[in-house]
Amino acid sequence: MRGIIAAGAHVPYHRLDRSEISAFFGKGGGRGTRSVASYDEDTTTMAVAASRRALGATSVVPEALWFATANPAYLEKTNATAVHAALRLAPEVGALDFGGAHRSGAGALRTALTSGVTTLVAAADQRDGLATSADEAASGDGAAAVLCGDESAGPVIAEYLGAGVATAEMLERWRLPGGDRSRVWEERFGEVTYGPLMTEAWDRALAATGLGPEDIDRLAVTGTHTRAVARNLKRLGVADQRLVDDLSGSVGNTGTAHPLLMLCSALETASPGQTIALVTLADGVEVVILRVTPAIDAYRPVFPVAEQVAGGGSVAYAKFLSWRSMVSVEPPNRPLPNRPSASASYRRDDWKFGFVGSRDRASGMIHLPPARISEKGGAVDDMEAVPMADVAGTVASFTIDRLVYSPSPPVVFAVIDFDGGGRVPLELTDCDPTEVSIGMRVEPTFRRLFTADEIHNYFWKVQPLRGGAPALSESEER
Amino acid sequence: MGSHGIKDQVAIIGVGCTPFAEHWDRSLDDLIIDAAQATYQSAGVAQDQIDAFWFGTAQSAASGLALGGPLKIHGKPISRVENYCATGSEAMRQAAYAVASGAYDVVMALGAEKVKDGGYQGLNGFPIPTDGTQRTLTAAGMFSLILPAYAEKYSVSVDDLRYAVAKIAEKNHFNGARNPLAQFRREVSAEQICEMAAVAGRLSVFDCAGVADGAAAVIMCRVEDAHRYCDNPLYIKALSFVAGTGAGSLDPDYDYTTLTECRWAAEDAYTQAGVTDPRNEIAVAEVHDCFTPTEMVLMEDLGFSDPGQAWQDVLDGAFALDGRLPVNSDGGLKSFGHPVGASGLRMLYEVWLQLRGQAPEDRRIADHGRTLGLTHNLGGYPGEMVSFVGIYGTELG
Repeated sequence: MRGIIAAGAHVPYHRLDRSEISAFFGKGGGRGTRSVASYDEDTTTMAVAASRRALGATSVVPEALWFATANPAYLEKTNATAVHAALRLAPEVGALDFGGAHRSGAGALRTALTSGVTTLVAAADQRDGLATSADEAASGDGAAAVLCGDESAGPVIAEYLGAGVATAEMLERWRLPGGDRSRVWEERFGEVTYGPLMTEAWDRALAATGLGPEDIDRLAVTGTHTRAVARNLKRLGVADQRLVDDLSGSVGNTGTAHPLLMLCSALETASPGQTIALVTLADGVEVVILRVTPAIDAYRPVFPVAEQVAGGGSVAYAKFLSWRSMVSVEPPNRPLPNRPSASASYRRDDWKFGFVGSRDRASGMIHLPPARISEKGGAVDDMEAVPMADVAGTVASFTIDRLVYSPSPPVVFAVIDFDGGGRVPLELTDCDPTEVSIGMRVEPTFRRLFTADEIHNYFWKVQPLRGGAPALSESEER
Repeated sequence: MGSHGIKDQVAIIGVGCTPFAEHWDRSLDDLIIDAAQATYQSAGVAQDQIDAFWFGTAQSAASGLALGGPLKIHGKPISRVENYCATGSEAMRQAAYAVASGAYDVVMALGAEKVKDGGYQGLNGFPIPTDGTQRTLTAAGMFSLILPAYAEKYSVSVDDLRYAVAKIAEKNHFNGARNPLAQFRREVSAEQICEMAAVAGRLSVFDCAGVADGAAAVIMCRVEDAHRYCDNPLYIKALSFVAGTGAGSLDPDYDYTTLTECRWAAEDAYTQAGVTDPRNEIAVAEVHDCFTPTEMVLMEDLGFSDPGQAWQDVLDGAFALDGRLPVNSDGGLKSFGHPVGASGLRMLYEVWLQLRGQAPEDRRIADHGRTLGLTHNLGGYPGEMVSFVGIYGTELG
């Protein structure tokens, strides 16, 4: 049996109330909220967040990592390698980008389900549109990661039954590299053209699995063309009440990530024996059908989608516009940060991407960053690696710096003492500055500190302990 | 092995200091020349009588050429020294040790900084290529970590503490208003400071040192030669320096209510000088008040206050001009300004004036019969700093 072993999602903390858009511009917006990646998040960091949650729910280690996004942080350079480093995967684990197109998320998942290796598929998107556009309001930011593999690797919670594909070269939605917005053809074109493609792929999937529409218990449908999805749903012949919430009212459409995000969400409430069909409209149609196994009963997702959707904090529309460079806000009059050194970063991959410190075997003292000589006792080169990314900590002291350069001032900064030992001063992110206090509980989160000279500077911050957080007992085992 | 010090081996025979200000009209070379000339005059020494030079600058220039060029020093050794904001004191320490070693008869240490040509407010570090994981907080942000930690440890309300440190700024502005060389010569009340917008933690801009250009210098010789140049020299009693390991940002035992390296440097300096009761032996102390909480915790680290009591002593006026131990009688970094490489020697300039009774009358300290002055100069941040403590006296023995 092959299928899904674990899944994890990342819905960014911030939510934009769509009514703020029309309140500001007199048009645009709509009802509900959309998710907004913080200024220090990008598709790579969101993929890391989702992947950590997926892998946190299982002991199975992937043999391959595939990362799909339509909004890559880098071109030419692989982005999956940063995710790979943050997950501390071994060098023999291949890391590939499935880049550029929304379809690559659903396609990478289907390909992983039919391949022979244990593969973590991560998909993320940060989606923009010009102010007041439909894309601005209806889109969302987020990531999801799904670990696919054989039963021999670990318990499969949803068995892969089969797939159906219909590919079409159609100019329905597109964006030039570097462009700040997507373009779409007249809406009716996609609405009409997707219909037959949907039927075609659906029939293939049903034929491949030997199922009929009445056998589908949960149907998750998404795509690049909202109206095409809505207008063609009845072609699938599945009762409306079996539809999985598309999160459009709370998160928005997260593009490449959305099929995987909806799958994560569906798995959270699924019962053994249920079938789940995942249908994605993007330059054709991708259909995957799965059957939930009894292993789901023992499966505990880390920070479930439902909890992430229910949580979060609001971001003002003006702040959103400045984060997306739609409005330029006066920065602090301080020098811009230096670009990080490629060679210095490479030597310290474990620390910079993996958040791995060192522990002196003699005194037990944890050193962050890793050191060769112990602060206590002075032992030389007698250290072992200590991964800290899954360890919670406590604020020892803190400040709010309104003078220092930041892509989004002010900087909230705290000295963090980690459970079981180890201290490092770090930025606090995704928090209300007025709620920070000594003793506050926090957890590490992988972020993009800034971009200088076209180099993204990735490192770890901490955020208030929210969910899916490492338990105290885990850190005590260290 | 041990730190023996050089008590009563080296004499200070002249000290000079430029005004500290935003010197838009003066270059680093101008400031160096002005400080050197003032110091030659103070010591009654010509440049060619000086055998060796130490030049302290944190990041305004590099190498001894930066001193030799403007001063036209021919055929003499010049060392460029850098040790964060304690650069000026470090230059003086190296120069004093060279005299004590017998290597040279007469030496000069000069510290200078030209910070206002950078185009930004505040001080900005020299960029060194790194892996990009280093903390990027301002110094104000780092020192503002003290307030919540101190409040928590000693159960003081943060508001009370915030007011107490504002009183430190008020005191230093009061003193600076009486100092013709100081950058800020306006009195400001603690109440006014408390009303200002916070820029880092609870600190406002007026809790931060003035950022100024300036230079200061000292000329020293062997104690036995001192009276050839000067009727009332100062004698070096102690020069102590401690560089930390950055343990505070690594070790959860550090609690951000004390500056460990400063405590160690003070202990060593008191031992070198034979000081057992600093509160009653020191006549005046110039300390590194880069931010108001720094001066507060320094009062404890230097032994002037009991742990947890400095904020109360500040409110009681213990360190005012007419207090039991005047601190920063010249206005300190806060009001005199902080041209990094010059600050340590500027502190010495004030001790030179006060111990010899030459400070202007309106900021002259009372004569308690004490003969010792102290300078404290640090560089870095709480938990990761270098610290200098020097003690000087008017009497031998």
